[in-house]
Amino acid sequence: MEELSKHFLNNNRRHFLKKLGLGIGGLAAASLLDPFSSIVEAEGSPLAGMNLPHFAPKAKRVIYLFQSGGPSQLDLFDHKPLLNKMRGQELPDSVRKGQRLTGMTSGQANFPLVGGNFKFKQYGESRAWVSELMPYTSKIVDELCFVKSMHTEAINHDPAITFFQTGSQQPGRPSIGSWFSYGLGSLNNNLPTFTVLLSRGTGRPFSQPLYSRLWGNGFLSSLHQGVQFRSGKDPVLYLKDPEGMSRQERRKMLDHISELNHKQEEEFGDPEINSRIAQYEMAYRMQTSVPGTMNIEDEPEHIIQMYGANATVPGTYAANCLLARRLVERDVRFVQLYHMGWDQHENLPTQIAGQSKDVDQATAALIMDLKQRGLLEDTLVVWGGEFGRTNYSQGTLTDTNYGRDHHPKCFTMFMAGGGVKPGFTYGETDDFGYNIVKDPMHVHDLQATMMHLMGVDHTKFTHKHQGRRYRLTDVSGHVVHDVLA
Amino acid sequence: MSEKNKSKSAKWFLYFIVPFLLVLLFKYISKDKNEGYNSLSSTSENNYDTAEMKVPENVDYIFDVKPILSDRCYLCHGPDEGTREAGLRLDIKENAYAAIGKELDRHAIIPGDTINSQMVYRINNPDVEKRMPPLTSNLSLTDYERKVLTKWIQQGAVWKDHWAFVPPVKSDIPKVSNSELVANKIDNFILKTLEQKGLKPSKKASKEKLIRRVSFDLTGLPPSIDALDSFLNDNSADAYEKVVDKLLASKAYGERMSANWLDIARYADTHGYQDDLERVMWPWRDWVISAFNRNLPYNDFIEWQLAGDLLPDASLEQILATGFNRNHKITQEGGVIDEEYRVEYVLDRANTTSKALLGLTMECAQCHDHKYDPISQREYYSFYGFFNHVDEKGLIGYDEIPEPNITITQKEIEEALSFVNMPDSIKEAKPMVMRDNKAQRKTYILNRGAYDAPTDEVQLAAPEMVAPFEGRYERNRLGLAKWLFSEENSLTARVAVNRMWQQIFGVGIVSSSADFGNQGALPSHPELLDWLAITFKEEGWDMKKMMKRMVLSNTYQQTSKTNEKLLEIDPNNTYLARNSRDKLTAEMIRDNALSVSGLLVEKVGGPSVKPYQPPGIWEETTSGQGLTKYFMDTGGNQYRRSLYTFWKRTVPPPAMMTFDAAGRDLCTVERQKTSTPLQALVMLNDPVLIEAAQVLALNTIKEGEAKTDEQRIEHIFRKLTSRTPDPEEKEKLLSFLKNAEQEYNEKEAQNINELIKANRSIKAEKLYGLSVLTSLVFNLDEAIVKA
Repeated sequence: MEELSKHFLNNNRRHFLKKLGLGIGGLAAASLLDPFSSIVEAEGSPLAGMNLPHFAPKAKRVIYLFQSGGPSQLDLFDHKPLLNKMRGQELPDSVRKGQRLTGMTSGQANFPLVGGNFKFKQYGESRAWVSELMPYTSKIVDELCFVKSMHTEAINHDPAITFFQTGSQQPGRPSIGSWFSYGLGSLNNNLPTFTVLLSRGTGRPFSQPLYSRLWGNGFLSSLHQGVQFRSGKDPVLYLKDPEGMSRQERRKMLDHISELNHKQEEEFGDPEINSRIAQYEMAYRMQTSVPGTMNIEDEPEHIIQMYGANATVPGTYAANCLLARRLVERDVRFVQLYHMGWDQHENLPTQIAGQSKDVDQATAALIMDLKQRGLLEDTLVVWGGEFGRTNYSQGTLTDTNYGRDHHPKCFTMFMAGGGVKPGFTYGETDDFGYNIVKDPMHVHDLQATMMHLMGVDHTKFTHKHQGRRYRLTDVSGHVVHDVLA
Repeated sequence: MSEKNKSKSAKWFLYFIVPFLLVLLFKYISKDKNEGYNSLSSTSENNYDTAEMKVPENVDYIFDVKPILSDRCYLCHGPDEGTREAGLRLDIKENAYAAIGKELDRHAIIPGDTINSQMVYRINNPDVEKRMPPLTSNLSLTDYERKVLTKWIQQGAVWKDHWAFVPPVKSDIPKVSNSELVANKIDNFILKTLEQKGLKPSKKASKEKLIRRVSFDLTGLPPSIDALDSFLNDNSADAYEKVVDKLLASKAYGERMSANWLDIARYADTHGYQDDLERVMWPWRDWVISAFNRNLPYNDFIEWQLAGDLLPDASLEQILATGFNRNHKITQEGGVIDEEYRVEYVLDRANTTSKALLGLTMECAQCHDHKYDPISQREYYSFYGFFNHVDEKGLIGYDEIPEPNITITQKEIEEALSFVNMPDSIKEAKPMVMRDNKAQRKTYILNRGAYDAPTDEVQLAAPEMVAPFEGRYERNRLGLAKWLFSEENSLTARVAVNRMWQQIFGVGIVSSSADFGNQGALPSHPELLDWLAITFKEEGWDMKKMMKRMVLSNTYQQTSKTNEKLLEIDPNNTYLARNSRDKLTAEMIRDNALSVSGLLVEKVGGPSVKPYQPPGIWEETTSGQGLTKYFMDTGGNQYRRSLYTFWKRTVPPPAMMTFDAAGRDLCTVERQKTSTPLQALVMLNDPVLIEAAQVLALNTIKEGEAKTDEQRIEHIFRKLTSRTPDPEEKEKLLSFLKNAEQEYNEKEAQNINELIKANRSIKAEKLYGLSVLTSLVFNLDEAIVKA
């Protein structure tokens, strides 16, 4: 048993894939050129030819803090004094340039400009502008690389978030985490390669839904599916043994299963059987390693305080940030967080205050915590939503209240660690915060850049499926070298 | 290396270098000049070793050359005019041999002339600036591939058309030496190839394993102990055939066939975007099950689904069948642009139809001419046009039932739709169907596939390279359906029999069952595929008959045992010297557990059901609108076959997704086949499987026939593997059972206490121990694979 386990523990990526995921016996022999071997099925072979990573990676792990709903860049990071000056005045046609609007405001008679109700100040040596909604983030701006010039094609949530996560607006393709799991494999032996954490915003607890298909493996093997870590009794689905079963009893059962399976293997000679035995061992290890990762009792008080009181409340964004650190500390390759509630069509000032309070302290804490542990240098942290919000008010603009519709033409994201330039701002928008005037970064550019940081050439990392080579960045995307450290 | 060696002793030089040089010289003299270029092999970026692959004696264009051209060259020298380089097009014969270059003084391919053929010169060129494919393409050729292309030209560069676009031909049944191994004609083809490959077929599988395999393949369920015993005791010559007939006649057959069809049809119970509201398409699903069980001929099966509404005097059933093309996702997300999504639905229909029925990935031509197959963007939108006339909206409201639809009440059911299983609690169902609007929408080519970038108007038409359409068929969906089943159509029958083969043998004769185009796999047994395709047509598209033929073949009845040598020669079991040893599908995993424990409720059809799923799955992602909370069904609906499990597209049933079920976002012809640790967790801990184990244990004790522990173990083992455990296995399980009984802890084993309370006559630790033992047997590899 031990030997087998060792065998399985072999960190070699291809070996891992072969043993775990591919389920085709003796697959090494199935080359691209075996005309009978379907390209889809001989998944290992095209990958084997890709020599991943393509070059030395700057980042080994990613924490992607997805802010679902579309945070308002104008109230958080993209400071536009002109909008305050022109508050209530009509958005000039010369600025809008016929840009298509969502059905939610296309019928509006007026498009009154609105600056934020929140005060902006410059911080750090980098003199980055941050609004008062993000007091903790403002203290760490010199660690961050802001991108003010993100843009996307999608103007609605489902296609926009699917675009960020899969490179396509229409569902069905693998998630970005699945791509990394597939291409780069696992760094550890006890935890899934691609994990997912969800939290609900207090600013707008019920706004936009999420979809588990966002972390789906698409046409890749289900081995690359994102594994959701949940708060509650069963942190990973089906992880918990039935009530009353002791660990010893489970161990005993697995040993029996393995012995009987070996007997089958001797008779049938099917290499899949050994692979299955190995998976049961991994499952057994996960039963210990997952709760161990989730259990934050060993975190000292000052760390908890750093993330905020909510860090001890399972299922909150703060708790998930702390968990994200524990996951990358255990060499989980890709941690995908989602924080819901950033869809401020109305009552923006109240809602965004709640949303910001949810994420500000914990995000900053996560980055600094990674830094103090030496993990930030090879962990890439990404913060942002699926699009931005309009510079004009949706609904009636009053002295204290306004809302904002979706705006795909410019929005702000930030990154930290993992080979990006700290204390840097990339891209610029016009004085109206409506159009990009310098250095645009498309969704596919961001994906290409993330891949680059992980040592992957996004144009070369493809997967052949049903007659076509697919990549995360579809047919476009450029690495934005200016943001690289 | 030689630099280093020179400094060593002269002796070394004499012994090693001189002979080496001599060999090189000899090679140079004796072989074609171009061979000299082959020293390039080390530059290949592929790190798998193809050096050992032997270049075939007679290089075949279709099997050896075209896969390389298609995969590495068509990108710039293929059907897409937009990206064509140097005016060279390699997918069409005339162009491939034509003169190129400014002066028209060069040729890529000159049959027999490796010296002047530019292809040989460019692919073997040591100068990276000149070498093809260029570095920038991220593509490269292996040493083997270069040799194949070179040798093909050397041997005269004989051209053949892509096999799939040439109508099938019924060849003679091959004669084989060991005719005693022939149960039907399938075997002749398989045995012939095995002989050619120097492989021997395997022995027959044991009767236990045979009935297990065929039961799962045809019905998705395990054989009952009774069925098993009666087959084991039946020594008549047609014992197996009787089993097969019974399975084909069972209702479960239609359910099993439907599970695959629902993947293809991307069937779901919700609309699929954002808040993902519920829809009612299950009456269509009930029709599918009924059509399979009635053995509706495949041509009708397809014609009704594509164009039932356009048939003369269309019956309500035929109209209901068109729901096939309304199973795509529909958005209700406030603010989307209606036309953008309407176009998306039309694209989905066109793509699904071509993938499912023609085995063509036409969607590539959505944005540009197809890079690999001869489908232009114009042809794509001509095909798209068939589905562009539906009287529908792109954006629907939250309470809206999308048009067009039909209303089904008890009245319709009594009169025309007896197969729809509508409970009395439901007054009416309104499934979506196809209906074209009278004012026919014009169809345009959409530049880069964008809804707001129409260019030229096109007329509806089907791709000519598959079969002639112009002037023969009406320009509507019915015309398309007729065209699909025309004599000349080279794909429809092949694609259909290939998919049946995939269901029965695990992998299709064309292993890429969704892609018969240039990028797809080649048929492993081309003559057999054609023979099956033509036979299928000749027999009136009789699906049951075809399925029966496949399972009655000796090829199918072989054991799945393999050995290292066989694995080495034929790792993917392409040649079928044995049967495959496939895992149960997502549906079968759960259905098997329900079936063996006796929990399964064998009711056919009706509204989808909500069995157990871990709490919180829907709740944690919802926006508070639509299907916000998962209310588990009570009573019998918890134990229906997995085919009926409610499918919420944005949050599909997690255990099924873990076992490679298709997500139902898009048409899926072939599921992934993977094994993962998460699957192990489901097998060990899913409360559904735990409950099934407990109930099976309870029934085993209660039934009373098995009195001793040993007999009980034997009974449970048989139920789950269809065979009797050998003494060693029994002993292992017995010792485990004894231990498990001692492990029983009343306080902790909460989940079994209710069962224990309800069965006071049984000792608690007995029931507990046997339940844990049953769970163990559930997890044996043998219980997770078919046979």
